[in-house]
Amino acid sequence: MAILCDKNTKLIVQGMGRMGRFHANLSLEYGTQVVGGVAPGKGGQEIGGIPIFNSVAQAIRETGASASVIFVPPPGAADAILEAAEAGIGLAVCITEGIPVLDMARAKSALAGSSMRLVGPNCPGVVTPGQCRIGIMPAQITMPGPVGVISRSGTLTYEAVDQLSRLGIGQSTCLGIGGDPVIGTNFIDALTLFEADPETKGVVMIGEIGGSAEEEAAEFIKSNMTKPIAAFIAGQNAPAGKRMGHAGAIIAGGKGKASDKIAALEANGVAVAESPAMIGETFAKAAPELA
Amino acid sequence: MNVHEYQAKALLAEFGVPVPEGLLATTPAEAEQAARTLGTPVVVVKAQIHAGGRGKAGGVKLAKSPAEAQQAASEILGMTLYTPQTGPEGKCVRKVYVEAGSSIADELYLAILFDRAVERFAIVASTEGGMEIEEVAATNPEKIHTVHVEPNLGLRDHQSRTLGYDLGLPTEQVDKFIPFIRGLFDLYLAKDCSQVEINPLVVTEDGRLIALDGKINFDDNALYRHPEIAELRDPDEEDPRERAANEIDLAYVGLDGNIGCMVNGAGLAMATLDMIHYCGGSPANFLDAGGGADKEKVKEAFKLILRDENVRAILVNIFGGIVRCDLIAQGVTAAAKELKLSVPLVVRLQGTMASEGRAILADSGLDITAAETLQQAGELAVAAAKGGMA
Repeated sequence: MAILCDKNTKLIVQGMGRMGRFHANLSLEYGTQVVGGVAPGKGGQEIGGIPIFNSVAQAIRETGASASVIFVPPPGAADAILEAAEAGIGLAVCITEGIPVLDMARAKSALAGSSMRLVGPNCPGVVTPGQCRIGIMPAQITMPGPVGVISRSGTLTYEAVDQLSRLGIGQSTCLGIGGDPVIGTNFIDALTLFEADPETKGVVMIGEIGGSAEEEAAEFIKSNMTKPIAAFIAGQNAPAGKRMGHAGAIIAGGKGKASDKIAALEANGVAVAESPAMIGETFAKAAPELA
Repeated sequence: MNVHEYQAKALLAEFGVPVPEGLLATTPAEAEQAARTLGTPVVVVKAQIHAGGRGKAGGVKLAKSPAEAQQAASEILGMTLYTPQTGPEGKCVRKVYVEAGSSIADELYLAILFDRAVERFAIVASTEGGMEIEEVAATNPEKIHTVHVEPNLGLRDHQSRTLGYDLGLPTEQVDKFIPFIRGLFDLYLAKDCSQVEINPLVVTEDGRLIALDGKINFDDNALYRHPEIAELRDPDEEDPRERAANEIDLAYVGLDGNIGCMVNGAGLAMATLDMIHYCGGSPANFLDAGGGADKEKVKEAFKLILRDENVRAILVNIFGGIVRCDLIAQGVTAAAKELKLSVPLVVRLQGTMASEGRAILADSGLDITAAETLQQAGELAVAAAKGGMA
């Protein structure tokens, strides 16, 4: 049944601007149940055949929505996340890039105790191949199968998924967790979900420089994961002190280096790809029974 | 975003954090006048650059008279400072800050930053003021004290009090330490800082607490709501290529290799640098063209890459999700023609509209090497930069 979303997921879109509309439409074409959009002041209208509501609470009442994808621009994005949580939705996936750290720190802290799972922000979203597309991923490169994919990056997720699909290895769910310093779902949360999912038989994990999420994941893997895992860490040649595109991708004070992350993962039984072109191959070698 | 010490000190003062009196000077004569205006027996003439380690590099001098201040400024202004934070190219000093001297009894360290591991603000204090905190962490970790502040609850006085006593301050100084941290924390939140560092925080001989140095970094994502901070940007302190990229909304980091890169997405862009290294080459830059990459943006990105004279080949690596490969291909061919591209060009297009994009490149009549996989893209680009096309 994959993780986070499947063919039964009823999705609403918060923020029906150009991006929101475009991707709502692609998700619909993929077969996702997009049941509504939220655009304050436009309640009662329809945009591209999707009914619009003034608030998330209203959208849930009218449609029974179970998940929301957030395209609201940075100044209002953290508030959109909190609105989704207060309205009682089960899953919010925030695509928005560029939310101030202070806003996300406050929102994340306020979510403690909430039953909503947040994915992102600054992430490409979630795809369960053949069933549901939430966010902006090119779902056509995915194929159904046994491998869970988790990544801090967007386009590098596509690269990994593409390599797997070309080797005939399908995916259970592909999940981008986002490149910001404060994110809702981290590697450990995603690994926990994949370990518990009977349809996922192995995991590919894509990390990058900055922070210590990969090291913490490595520690978690040692005692909690029974499924085979392959990984790649981007930014092995990034200079220290420079922000590499993502707000969270920076080597600061000697911390967050790729070499430390790779060493931590390898020490805990994860097969780490030497080059970004060998992600699929590395997984195939680590889990020959799935290749 | 970084600001100069003199700008940081003005912000600290605005939030009630005690700083020494000081004046900015851009000429030795102005420095002489500043020392006269301050009127203290000793002034300190400090180079204003966006890097630490100025003292050891000769960028900070004591002066016991206005004439000495003038002399010190004439030595520092125009010199290129080399510190561990400036990189090998160093930084040219264009301004000095002339500051009233302080009588120092003790030096402490105080900083506020965001601790990603616990998703709270961390207030870090140490008795080892004046030293690099990384060095203290490595040699005397027990001398670093930290409290974590919950983002919605904010700073509580008991936290500052605990830190003060942990540092061994007597009660009368702890009473000054609490409002000192309060001012610093208010500034941190009000201006969306990402780091505020006071090193050293001095205890003067008459028992006052003063921020002798101040370093503030700001969250770039929050600059939209702080135009007054964005105005403090000093273009002289930024890599001209990075500044140009910033203006056209591209993420660019200059590197010292010879393969120019244009990629969509930060993760894939970092991985492309890794791929080039793996194939034995060296990238000239990191460039994330972002999700909105179109014909115009591609052309601007090419111009930026070509500003670097070391570039011997260009690698375009696009995995289209939001980005359409056909639009990228149009941009690449237009840019190559318009800019009369003279270095070899390797292009890999995958994902959305990739076959249409490849057809546009093939029909352009331009000498473009197409790559199918990431591996091929890396190998071809490295070979091209070495002069022998594969």
